[in-house]
Amino acid sequence: MSEYNFAYLDEQTKRMIRRAILKGLAVPGYQVPFASREMPMPYGWGTGGVQVSAATLTPEDTFKVIDQGADDTTNAVSIRKFFENTAGVAVTEETEKATVIQTRHRIPEAELTEDQILVYQVPIPEPLRFLEPRETETRKMHSLEEYGLMHVKLYEDISQHGDIATSYAYPVMVQDRYVMDPSPIPKFDNPKLEMSAIQLFGAGREQRIYAVPPHTKVVSLDFEDYPFEATKADHACDLCGAENSYLDEVILDDAGNRMFVCSDTDYCRSRRAAGHVGRLGTEDAA
Amino acid sequence: MTPLLQVKGIEKHYGARIGCKDVSFDLYPGEVMGIVGESGSGKSTLLNCLAGHLDSDAGQVIFDTRADGPVDTLQMSEPERRMLGRTDWAFVHQHARDGLRMSVSAGGNIGERLMAVGDRHYGDIRDKAIDWLGRVEIAESRVDDRPTAFSGGMQQRLQIARNLVTGPRLVFMDEPTGGLDVSVQARLLDLLRGLVREMGLSAIIVTHDLAVVRLLADRLMVMKDGHVVEAGLTDQVLDDPQHAYTQLLVSSVLQV
Ligand SMILES: Nc1ncnc2c1ncn2[C@@H]1O[C@H](COP(=O)(O)OP(=O)(O)O)[C@@H](O)[C@H]1O
Ligand SMILES: [Mg+2]
Ligand SMILES: [Zn+2]
Repeated sequence: MSEYNFAYLDEQTKRMIRRAILKGLAVPGYQVPFASREMPMPYGWGTGGVQVSAATLTPEDTFKVIDQGADDTTNAVSIRKFFENTAGVAVTEETEKATVIQTRHRIPEAELTEDQILVYQVPIPEPLRFLEPRETETRKMHSLEEYGLMHVKLYEDISQHGDIATSYAYPVMVQDRYVMDPSPIPKFDNPKLEMSAIQLFGAGREQRIYAVPPHTKVVSLDFEDYPFEATKADHACDLCGAENSYLDEVILDDAGNRMFVCSDTDYCRSRRAAGHVGRLGTEDAA
Repeated sequence: MTPLLQVKGIEKHYGARIGCKDVSFDLYPGEVMGIVGESGSGKSTLLNCLAGHLDSDAGQVIFDTRADGPVDTLQMSEPERRMLGRTDWAFVHQHARDGLRMSVSAGGNIGERLMAVGDRHYGDIRDKAIDWLGRVEIAESRVDDRPTAFSGGMQQRLQIARNLVTGPRLVFMDEPTGGLDVSVQARLLDLLRGLVREMGLSAIIVTHDLAVVRLLADRLMVMKDGHVVEAGLTDQVLDDPQHAYTQLLVSSVLQV
């Protein structure tokens, strides 16, 4: 590991990324271009998030990585190992103990604090891309606040599905100014975007960083007659009994039996450790 | 009465070549101005300069704005001009696909301008979209279809609906019937004439087809090599052309 600088990237690169992060924090929701570096992993693995984490981590930090809410997927394990090796930082699976959390597709259920930083891996940062592929034009739309097109997308959703069917990467208006793609988190997580922690978003292939500072106003776009709803499966967690956590559906057998479990595995584990039991849970499941 | 639009000395070059030069005219509210001339005479260049899609080399395009009265739109900031472009102005392109979002339903296409100016009630937007489909003679049942599934004539009618839904005060049209079959052209012309009368539209229509201006335009400008060679009331110009070029045009020697 001595052949790497702390957290893999050289100091000059980290300074460049930090400048982009600071600019992002100063202009909440604005996509700041940055010179994305090659990382020793494929783009699909969240190289944008990894670069933001690399520029954010200090030796005193405790690092956690979640992928769809789980700490133990190949992707999460690899990124955690990467920083264990290159930065020698402490790692954890417990949300409360982490100071920097890199995430793909979820916001943890536990309320984050002002002492924490949440780093999102972003595949496509441009929320207007769906209807306007021209980058010059979308940039202009952002700078002039021409966001009618965003509602055209929601209009199309309702006209095709009878409801706003967008359930991931649901667009938000940040601090009454920039429309932002919150990355492919479920819309259930959207209300949590107004939080105490710092939120940083990194898109590697697209070379963009954006940010939401603590306590920033974040509003999910909608229509008066089709208001935004933070929906989830209408069940409780079958393991820990949680009523208000985002659930994954798990097929149990060929007979079609299934169960619902918290997608946030640390949240489920800590609830079970505290004695909560769901429909299929057992006391010693934890 | 204050003209809705005062055009003064508009000029545009493409390198050494003249796009259009010394073009001046006034357009009054409710008036339709036709611009005719053979292919390459500078009609589209002029229209795009007026609409702010092309930067003019010289001249003024003074529009009587709702808020501040007459303002030179060429001196407006880009945000102001773009705002004008989706509120009081509308632009109908010759090729519908340049003026439509082909991956968005007919209803979404019509609704876009409404949403752009802040409409946030889905039911209202949809009702207005359906109403406008009817006004351009497209069945309500097509509201969720994409324009890719429409014929050329329907696409053009949809483009017109999408532009007129916010009640613009000035409409620019570039060869709105170009590229359509003759029978389809006739239907579109009838429709346009109806809308122009009913809404009291002010419009500038570019065409190489004299039948179009005969039906729609109150006044006419004839262009040749980037210059206006003759202007006047439509019937007067067409029935008693003064300039030799206009005489050729009317005698259909130059008809494309
Ligand atoms: N983008 C361009 N670059 C160079 N020359 C152009 C361009 N567009 C038009 N022109 C030239 O300007 C003249 C006027 O063209 P245009 O305005 O398209 O005429 P019209 O619409 O009457 O057919 C023509 O000579 C044409 O070749
Ligand atoms: Mg032309
Ligand atoms: Zn659970």
